[in-house]
Amino acid sequence: MSESATTPTPDVATEVRAARSHVGRRLLRNPTGLAAIIVLTVMILLAIFADVLAPMDPSKANIQDVLAPASDAHPLGADSAGRDVLSRLLFATRFSIAGALWAVLIAAVIGVTSGLLAGYYQKWFESVSVWVVSIIQALPGIVVLLAARAVIGPSIWLIMAVFGVILAPAFYRLTYAAVVGVRNELFVDAARVAGVGDASIIGRHILSVVRAPIIIQAALLAGIGIAVQSGLDFLGLGDTNVPTWGQMLSDAFSRMYQAPILLIWPSLAIALTSISLVLFGNALRDELERAAGKPKKRRRGAAAYVPDASGPAPVTHVEDGDDARSVLLQVDDLVVGYDQPGGGVKQVVNGVSLQVRKGEVHGLIGESGSGKTQTAWSILRLLPDGGRIVGGSVSFDGKDLAHSSENEMVKIRGRRIAYIPQEPMSNLDPSFTIGSQLVEPMTVALRVSRAEARKRALELLARVGIPNPQRTFDSYPHEVSGGMAQRVLIAGAVSCEADLIIADEPTTALDVTVQADILDLLRDLQNDLHVAVLIVTHNFGVVADLCDRVSVMQDGRIVETGPARSIFRDPQHPYTRSLFDAILEDGAARGPLAHSADRNTLPERSAR
Amino acid sequence: MLRFILRRLLAGVFLLFVVSSLAYLFLYLGAGDIARQILGVSATQEQVAQKATELGLDQPLATRYVDWLSAAVRGDFGTSWFNNQPVVEAITSRLAVTLSLVIGTTILTAVVATALGVWAAKKRGAADRLVQIVSVLGFAIPGFLIAIFLVNVFALNLGWFRPTGFVQLGTSFPGWLSTVTLPILALSTGAIAAIASQVRGSVIDTMRQDWVRTLRSRGLSENRVLYKHVLRNAGGPALAVLAVQFVGLLGGAIIVEQIFAIPGLGPVAVGSTARGDIPLVMGLVVVTAAIVVVVNIVIEILHGFLNPKARIS
Repeated sequence: MSESATTPTPDVATEVRAARSHVGRRLLRNPTGLAAIIVLTVMILLAIFADVLAPMDPSKANIQDVLAPASDAHPLGADSAGRDVLSRLLFATRFSIAGALWAVLIAAVIGVTSGLLAGYYQKWFESVSVWVVSIIQALPGIVVLLAARAVIGPSIWLIMAVFGVILAPAFYRLTYAAVVGVRNELFVDAARVAGVGDASIIGRHILSVVRAPIIIQAALLAGIGIAVQSGLDFLGLGDTNVPTWGQMLSDAFSRMYQAPILLIWPSLAIALTSISLVLFGNALRDELERAAGKPKKRRRGAAAYVPDASGPAPVTHVEDGDDARSVLLQVDDLVVGYDQPGGGVKQVVNGVSLQVRKGEVHGLIGESGSGKTQTAWSILRLLPDGGRIVGGSVSFDGKDLAHSSENEMVKIRGRRIAYIPQEPMSNLDPSFTIGSQLVEPMTVALRVSRAEARKRALELLARVGIPNPQRTFDSYPHEVSGGMAQRVLIAGAVSCEADLIIADEPTTALDVTVQADILDLLRDLQNDLHVAVLIVTHNFGVVADLCDRVSVMQDGRIVETGPARSIFRDPQHPYTRSLFDAILEDGAARGPLAHSADRNTLPERSAR
Repeated sequence: MLRFILRRLLAGVFLLFVVSSLAYLFLYLGAGDIARQILGVSATQEQVAQKATELGLDQPLATRYVDWLSAAVRGDFGTSWFNNQPVVEAITSRLAVTLSLVIGTTILTAVVATALGVWAAKKRGAADRLVQIVSVLGFAIPGFLIAIFLVNVFALNLGWFRPTGFVQLGTSFPGWLSTVTLPILALSTGAIAAIASQVRGSVIDTMRQDWVRTLRSRGLSENRVLYKHVLRNAGGPALAVLAVQFVGLLGGAIIVEQIFAIPGLGPVAVGSTARGDIPLVMGLVVVTAAIVVVVNIVIEILHGFLNPKARIS
């Protein structure tokens, strides 16, 4: 049996954005929504006009007609007491739907009112509500109804009123969340300042926001109301004078061996109504989300997309000549795109070409949104859902990664190319210890024993400057600081002896004091391990600290590339210059750069 | 850990106290002339008065409540008004039956719902839509309707199962399995629908976490990350839904037991309700609320096992 609390609670934030659009009209254009509305409308019309439509009195028993088959007199036959099934079905529709609506109405009145009050005045009202809700939910709804039935009798209206009280928390939660959300938005404060009274604020702003979610919730709860009401009647605990689908089902079930056909009509009515209510609720929610601009499911068939890698060639600085190291990673005309709901592709990287040589540190610099991170992820082939390489090649040690299978990539990742993420705290699995997250990849990628991997993990933790390796090894991610977490991630990246490490803004999310330490650590490790590093950053200070060569990225393209020294000495592209200007403006923290324009040198830290 | 369980148990006992007190109050205040109801219209005024004294109904409500509570704490819930059977005996003899049904359903639900949810989240496309359709149907169609359908098709028409009856789990496992298969299927559809869509949603959300990319960047295969890491993290929200579903299953079992004539708590609940046998109803309320309290504690412990952050609080 479904209970109230399992109904999917719509995302309030979404509804806030969608509240003002014309969702009703869109709902009629949604095929499932329309079908559900038609079924429900027909049901309601049948319920309203049951007196007119029913050929007979639904309670008039006739012994001669017991279990009579379908005939002119009884189009759907007669039941175990000889009552006309069609007439009973029509009246049952009326009472079953009315009973469910009655419960939902009571639930809505109690739930919305208390939700508005609790959300608006919070404090004590809130904690009282929490207790009331947990008391109501301490028992299965059916058990409460059975207990109530024991003393208040079989009246459908009384029973469904009790059920309405049980359902009220669903509306309460919804309204409460919406009110708290809206309350914190500026416009309510503004209205307050403008001298609009409390009641008017609630009326105008909050009800307009919760209206649609309440309708969705009401539809789902009405379905549950019908199920529970039918269930009670089916058990024989209802008022036998009121025909309902449950009563009909109960009667039919007792005669299942003689006339199984009688089961069909009430079953069909219950199933059809319940499904329509759920589909109506779902369709309304889908339309709300769509109106709020949430992307629809992406479609296939975008493979024919022709990538656009055209654009001006980057400014290329002449090589120093002393760098004869062989090329490890060669990216050519890389185009990365995301499939769009309409079927198109949104390009985020528009033909990037870059080279990383063995053992060098290569800086990929640009503002956020320039496509640096997307480039880094596509080299690892770890783009988010919907993203893919639509053009160009990624050649790593002679192998084209852009066209490698996932199985081949699994062998490359970790062992050949490693990755250091930007945000340390969100890049460790919160449910496993730090140690196990270091050990597992080593046992898989290097095929070493668990004990060996454990020993190496502890050594690595010590190597990256963690004061108490054993304690950190046994800790969970939420128990360490951001700086520690980033050291752990660096240890993880070097753990499988990769030839190339892609570091995506490894210091951006850290405190300024920790940033320098992490950069020092990276430089030390790079010196020791002679590993090539592609470091993604928006900070020329980082480039100056670490990099041998630089590629400057703007709007998904490389605009300037070459040895770091040469680019710092003589930036050609206006964008590169503007990036320089940006660090000159807030450059005080990084040393005497402001006065060094004539010397064309970098902050002296790089010489350390 | 022990302190956590003790604190939860204490809160649970308090909740149990509040719920049973409220139930007692409502039941006795709501009931009319109880002695008259038991004896029927033909009884004389003297007989009714005598019955009321016999049941202690001539005492003030507060006195009766204190008596009931002090007896209940010692495990004595009185006797049924109609057949004089002790309430504890009437319930315990049937509790195991209902629990075997509900726990069997929970296990089936957890397995099937996880499989469906992960499958939908991983494959997306057609598999995803199929699971969503199944979820809507399972959510919308009441369990007892499915039970009636199953009886008709698999018991009456195909004859694969007996339509009614029950074999104790302790007597014969295959026998038990053949009598509970249809009831468990009927009970589990709604829960499977709810939990499968929860698992699907939280697996999809978890797959988008940064650490999934980082773990994969270390050379762990997508499946390894999915089944070991993502599933464990997605398990927490699914467990919360499972707890709610378990409460619903206890209620659903009452109706389904009636359909399959299973001698669990269902028939007791229906019978005592129809007759207004308040001591028995009170016993059922306390037992059900106690089960809910225990299940919630178990779920919280499991949640703490899955999610280390939840262990502290």
